[in-house]
Amino acid sequence: MHRVAVTGIGVICALGRITEEFGRALREGRPGINPIRSADVSTLRFQNGAEVPAYDHRPYFDDKHADFIDRFAQFAVIGAREATQDAGIEWTPQLRENAAIITGSCVGGQSTEDAGFVNVYKLGMNRVHPLTIPKTMANAGASHISMEFGITGPSYTISTACSSASHAIGQAFWMVRSGMAPLAITGGSEAPFSFGILKAWEALRVVSPDTCRPFSKDRSGMVLGEGAGILVLEPFEAARARGAQIHAEIVGFGMSSDASHITQPSADGAARAMRASLCDAHIMPEAVSYINAHGTGTQANDPTETAAIRTVFGAHAGKLAVSSTKSMHGHALGAAGALEAVAAILALRDGFLPPTANFNQPDPECDLDVVPNVSRQADFEYAMSNSFAFGGLNAVLAFRRA
Amino acid sequence: MSDELIQRVRNVIASTQRIPIENVTIDSSFQELGIDSMDGVNILFALENEFNITIPDEAAKQIRNVRQMMEGVERLIAGGAADTAAVTS
Repeated sequence: MHRVAVTGIGVICALGRITEEFGRALREGRPGINPIRSADVSTLRFQNGAEVPAYDHRPYFDDKHADFIDRFAQFAVIGAREATQDAGIEWTPQLRENAAIITGSCVGGQSTEDAGFVNVYKLGMNRVHPLTIPKTMANAGASHISMEFGITGPSYTISTACSSASHAIGQAFWMVRSGMAPLAITGGSEAPFSFGILKAWEALRVVSPDTCRPFSKDRSGMVLGEGAGILVLEPFEAARARGAQIHAEIVGFGMSSDASHITQPSADGAARAMRASLCDAHIMPEAVSYINAHGTGTQANDPTETAAIRTVFGAHAGKLAVSSTKSMHGHALGAAGALEAVAAILALRDGFLPPTANFNQPDPECDLDVVPNVSRQADFEYAMSNSFAFGGLNAVLAFRRA
Repeated sequence: MSDELIQRVRNVIASTQRIPIENVTIDSSFQELGIDSMDGVNILFALENEFNITIPDEAAKQIRNVRQMMEGVERLIAGGAADTAAVTS
């Protein structure tokens, strides 16, 4: 069993196109939620989202290359480029042969599919673009990362709605820990801003008409986000031996399923995943100082998550800092767990607590220290990141300061 | 084969493959133009849209170069016109 180090980080999302910009926005408590530009939202009940501002493929991919890659997979490759460069990997034939790639995505390239379906259903055309299938498949992110770096080891994609990236990172963590892979590129990516997908979210009546206010009494729902978070994981000792920077250590991964309802979260399921993560990390609840919450800002999630945290942490829950950075980068679905893992890692590394932005009013049902609106300096040893998906599939990661 | 048809096919190939139109001649092979099987399918899709034709799978499989592509398009346009004539007469 190896200890597992995070040696590389890559981020692209509403808060920035590199990790440094992302970290700065988290520290400043600056939300990236703005009117949606990628789709016509004039007939939707919500108009705001957390898009990558003014994204264009051209600084990253030539036109021919971009023709073959949906925006969600472009984000995966962009994140992987930054993460691998950050890690300073020295690629050898052996490493390329054995490195693993595990990505998460919830909707994959459904925006491409949506455009094709407009052709046949709305415009009455008789054909959709031939690249619709290879651009839509949820594993396209992993595939394009493998081609970008010539990695021929195990590569696959996990799709568990809003937990996708956390399940992916957890799986990669276990593979590196067990010695199955000498290095893993892992995380998640998503780009859900197309009309058909937005309409489907509208129908669920969980999207806020203005902004995302997790744990605030006047919260009105989630705000969709997009982007990618990608990590490079390596055995701790090997990383140290080669002189790599170590941003943090992943120490625990826990999973559970609610087995109760397809959308309503269960405090019991969430609590079991957090306990499983603590158990996997061999740490006591009292060791944890910060939780990056799932914190969607919906009526259902936030009190349920609060109750689950109180169940697991008991009296220590009152000493925890619990914030939702979805208030800033939005809910990036299959990338959410990765962006939030990065937030937790930067918090540990740089000694601060990212805030819950847009917070107005305490809610007795969410009576935790949610770090309202303003980040705080804090040195601490352990952080957790919660992901609780629709379908009741929960994944919780635990991190330790390097 | 009309110059207009040759020009339109060259144009579709160049814009789909994102290469200069000067590179695309009636005698170019797919290999010379860097057109792999997926690129070929993309170009067929673009040709179907450009000429409002439907290229059958069997015909598509046999196309190896630009000339065959142009000849195939020409046949389909003529066939479509004949069909239309048959229907209207």
